[in-house]
Amino acid sequence: MNQWKNFTKGIIKENPIFVLVLGMCPTLGVTSSAINGLGMGLATTFVLMMSNIVISLVKDVIPEKVRIPSFIVIIAAFVTVVQLTMQAYVPALYKSLGLFIPLIVVNCIVLGRAEAFASKNNIISSAIDGLGIGLGFSFALVLLGSIREILGSGKLFNMTLYSENHVTLLFVLAPGAFIVLGYLIALINRIRKN
Amino acid sequence: MAKRESTFINMVITLLLVTLIAALALGYVYDLTKAPIEAAKLKAQAEAITKVLPEFDRLGDSYKVPAESAGDSLEIFPAYKNDRLVGAAVKTWSKKGFGGMISIMAGIDEKGNFSGYEVLELSETPGLGTKMVTWFKNPDKPKQDIIGKNPKTTKFQVSKDGGDIDAITASTISSRAFLDAMVRAYNSYEKNKNATSGIAGTK
Repeated sequence: MNQWKNFTKGIIKENPIFVLVLGMCPTLGVTSSAINGLGMGLATTFVLMMSNIVISLVKDVIPEKVRIPSFIVIIAAFVTVVQLTMQAYVPALYKSLGLFIPLIVVNCIVLGRAEAFASKNNIISSAIDGLGIGLGFSFALVLLGSIREILGSGKLFNMTLYSENHVTLLFVLAPGAFIVLGYLIALINRIRKN
Repeated sequence: MAKRESTFINMVITLLLVTLIAALALGYVYDLTKAPIEAAKLKAQAEAITKVLPEFDRLGDSYKVPAESAGDSLEIFPAYKNDRLVGAAVKTWSKKGFGGMISIMAGIDEKGNFSGYEVLELSETPGLGTKMVTWFKNPDKPKQDIIGKNPKTTKFQVSKDGGDIDAITASTISSRAFLDAMVRAYNSYEKNKNATSGIAGTK
């Protein structure tokens, strides 16, 4: 039961985007389409889960004063694994995410979970926490990406919904990301209050 | 288990071990993915060449030529059909994009006209500059279509600058960069064309 709570809190109650408002840089940067959001979300989920597992394993042998550099090296290693794997097997997605994959290293959600959770809890809870938070992040990115893609390019997952002549280009651009995110956070807070 | 104390020696050993293990693991993954990454790159390049050229049955050896101005060299892939040169694909670039570097595979047929192009890399604004992927090969809009044209007979500049090509709506900079890359491809190819026919002659 406890583990279930551990898992679901990342998706709704402590959703990293809508509630904690962490990791805004990739959130606003990559969500110009739903598929980009999904790719970024899943890549981050993998890194979160793996780094949470490893950090909870080594938390007792790492001296307090060098924990942050150690965590960063562990996270960076997993990010590079993701980057090389994507480049090898899904080059198209790698091309569109490009710069944002290496930036997962400095995504504050990943380091935040390492500090706040994995360095204090056992391996199973940490893995589940990583998965939950990661899926919550993915969910938020796909939602944001879908709305921006529908309004901004008239498509969803690259399927055309309506003519490109009626789109509002603003939503694919940076300001559109802020506007949609603002409304989504307001909406989610409203739902959570009830 | 109690936390290890932060003594100097403990910290040094920990950091050394963490980085060492990470480096070893990464070296292993790099080795594992090296071949597939190369293969994926080559496949993307081969697909682009096939798309931009008229029908051909054999690609000659590619060769590099210096760009007409300073900068990275261009790679030319001559294409043959029944051992006759039918055109060449030129891997060209421009650094004038709104988001920096743009890399394009341009196809030039035997008459010297562009037969097609594929954008290989770009970091233009999504929804605006990224439209260049299809914008300049639209047979329904002759003013923006560059297929079948060449920079000798058509002025390869956006209409705002007095040229003959219509720029992408709201993306003049990206359009200029695109034309810059295409002109570079054309000039470099024309300048080195004799070398190509030379190769064809000796085949």
